Amino acid sequence: MKTSTTSTGSTGPTDSAASAAEGPTKTSATPSAAPRKSVLSRLLNTFLDPSTAVYPIMVALFVVLILLNPTLGEPDQFTRLIGRMAPIVIVTLGQYFVLVSGEFDLSQGAVIGVQVVVAGSFIGDDNSRIVPGLLLMLAIGVGVGAFNGLATAYLKIPGFMTTLGTMFMLGGMTRYLTGGAASGNPSEQFREVGRGGIDVPLLGYLPWSVLVLAGCLVVAAVLARRPVGRLLVARGDNPTAVSLAGANRGWLMARGFIASSLFATVAAIVLVGFAGTHPTVGQGYQYTAIAAAVVGGVVLGGGRGLVLSAAAGAFVLETLVAVLNASGIDTSWRATVQGLLIILALTLTAARTKLGPLLTLRRRSTS
Amino acid sequence: MVNLKGNVMSSTNLPMRRFVAPLLAVAVVLLGACAAPGGSDSGSDTDKGDASSLDQAAYDKEDADRTATFEGDPAQPYLQYLPGGEMVDPKPYARTTPGKVCFSNASLSNVWRQTGWITMYEQYKVLKDQGVISDLVMRDAQDDENTQVSDIDFLIKEGDCDAFIIAPATVEATASAIGRACETGKPVVVFDRGTTETCITSFVHSIGGYAWGIDSASFLADQLEEGDTVVALRTAPGVDVFEQRWAAATKIFKDAGLKVTDHITGADPAEIKSVMADELTSGEVDGVWVDLGDQAVPAIEAFQDAGMDIPAITGEDNMAYLRAWDELGFNGFAPVYSNFQWRTALLAVAMLFQGEEIPKDWTVPQTPITSDELPEVIKANAEMPDVHSARCGCEDMPSFPGPWVSRKTP
Repeated sequence: MKTSTTSTGSTGPTDSAASAAEGPTKTSATPSAAPRKSVLSRLLNTFLDPSTAVYPIMVALFVVLILLNPTLGEPDQFTRLIGRMAPIVIVTLGQYFVLVSGEFDLSQGAVIGVQVVVAGSFIGDDNSRIVPGLLLMLAIGVGVGAFNGLATAYLKIPGFMTTLGTMFMLGGMTRYLTGGAASGNPSEQFREVGRGGIDVPLLGYLPWSVLVLAGCLVVAAVLARRPVGRLLVARGDNPTAVSLAGANRGWLMARGFIASSLFATVAAIVLVGFAGTHPTVGQGYQYTAIAAAVVGGVVLGGGRGLVLSAAAGAFVLETLVAVLNASGIDTSWRATVQGLLIILALTLTAARTKLGPLLTLRRRSTS
Repeated sequence: MVNLKGNVMSSTNLPMRRFVAPLLAVAVVLLGACAAPGGSDSGSDTDKGDASSLDQAAYDKEDADRTATFEGDPAQPYLQYLPGGEMVDPKPYARTTPGKVCFSNASLSNVWRQTGWITMYEQYKVLKDQGVISDLVMRDAQDDENTQVSDIDFLIKEGDCDAFIIAPATVEATASAIGRACETGKPVVVFDRGTTETCITSFVHSIGGYAWGIDSASFLADQLEEGDTVVALRTAPGVDVFEQRWAAATKIFKDAGLKVTDHITGADPAEIKSVMADELTSGEVDGVWVDLGDQAVPAIEAFQDAGMDIPAITGEDNMAYLRAWDELGFNGFAPVYSNFQWRTALLAVAMLFQGEEIPKDWTVPQTPITSDELPEVIKANAEMPDVHSARCGCEDMPSFPGPWVSRKTP
């Protein structure tokens, strides 16, 4: 990943936020020209680089949302809004580690479904079972992830199919355990993490879910820079090279999928607090997460993408839903419009992926 | 970030990946769009109702039926019916020996259907002890109309059935299979969603979706002033029962001059709470109307979480809503889609076996729960789980309350 040489040109240090985070680039720009053009070209590059282009889109959508509904711009209302978006962003963080390695995790929604049911039926009203309940949920998360990873690596089934199978298995299990209809919310104390928050100076109010989200973002960002994160990207780029380099394929994939289902588990803890126990909770989150990651510039098939950009992609999709809800578009059309806008966003991403290098190359040739 | 070196390195498998990745992307986006908020409700059928228009004749009839006097003992609402209709001559169906009943069920995928099935099964045990019914076979079509068609055909060929009960998954798609069941000459009782097939022996149902919508929307219209804002939470578009409830409510709200914003939530509590939280930031909400009881409690929680007073919120006869209403003391109202029609359908067959006449169009009452009746209902159902339907009409069953508390579906 040290080959960001395409950005050498007369425009100066055009490295994007992404490459800046990954060490110095071998640019040899003329220092005198740099100060004048750098801001503009940096901005331009942010737009052109598929892995960071999502940030301006995200900011623009938040601005549109706040224009449509100014109350959401108040600090304490904005933190609540972010808190409501937290679960899907957390799920996207998990999905990133699988996507970037060239696989898909379709079982995330089913993992959330199982965890929500476990929280409802195992913990129930008994506060003394919160800690054992949490441990049980984490164990389930690790177990599902390890199964997905090992089956994908050793049975040579594409992760798409493995996790599809896991999805049906977990769905069937949830159905069996609940008779098709989950019942009974966990105790209010357990739900606090999804429903409550604290009063803080400046912001006014900070939901716990925002803190959980912040923690998840830090963990994901660190994980992405650890060897395991690097190896997952490398596997997505060229699995043979990773194998030949001596990496343990099974253990690597297991860790990728475990990350995915553990993030889904954390999202489930927040979700069951926020929403309570219901069979629909978590349904379809894996698809939103995949779409979000792609909007955030993660390349399907793996090898490219930044974890925080994937998270920004999730914010984009969630804000889009909020904008559509606030826009007064007829209810029956909202899902359709949302689908079209997602496809539009993906088309733009695809176009940038193709156009980006062309434009930077052209600039280089004019130097 | 474009990684040229990576491209070169992976060029061996590039053609395949180029081909597969976009395909997967398209598949994922399509699936994602389907599963996006407002997607399908796991518990409902996909029957395409007449979404936009209101069937005025049906609306007027259901409106009148709400206040009609039903034939029979009000203590046994599951045996009551609207008088004046055609009765079925039981002679061809009367038996001297116990008969086997085959039940093709659309699904058990929501709590209302589960409660109904528990009640029907307990009623079967009673009728078996009485020597009226020898056996009850149920096939669950899991919300799939094609599965249901093959279920019905299987029951006709292999079931050795003396009577059929059919709860159709959709109105049109199962009609021809129901027609084949009629050709056996055995009684065919349809309940819940109707059928376009006219050969059936009897159709058991409660008054209907329009009446449900009229009841709940009229309550809000009475409580609110002209110009007040109502948020309507809808489960899924295009499902006939929900469309009828919504069409009736829209009409009432419009006549009362209320401002309505509606959202389709898929009955997902996370979606409901998000939508409500957004609504609460964008202005005053004076009332909430739901088209399914499951949606009410998350809506109530949204007001609690925002630290606001809970306005008038309608629900249904699910215990979760009734308990929240009782404990929090807001202005509530519970329209009812009578769960005891499951019991009625089996009793209809039993009555034919015993040579008793039944109504051809058997309309059972659907009586809403009002604040006057609430304390009594809460007390009577103290043991019942949150997902129980208070209007189960099951309290006089000898096995009550065991199976309804444990909710082990047979």
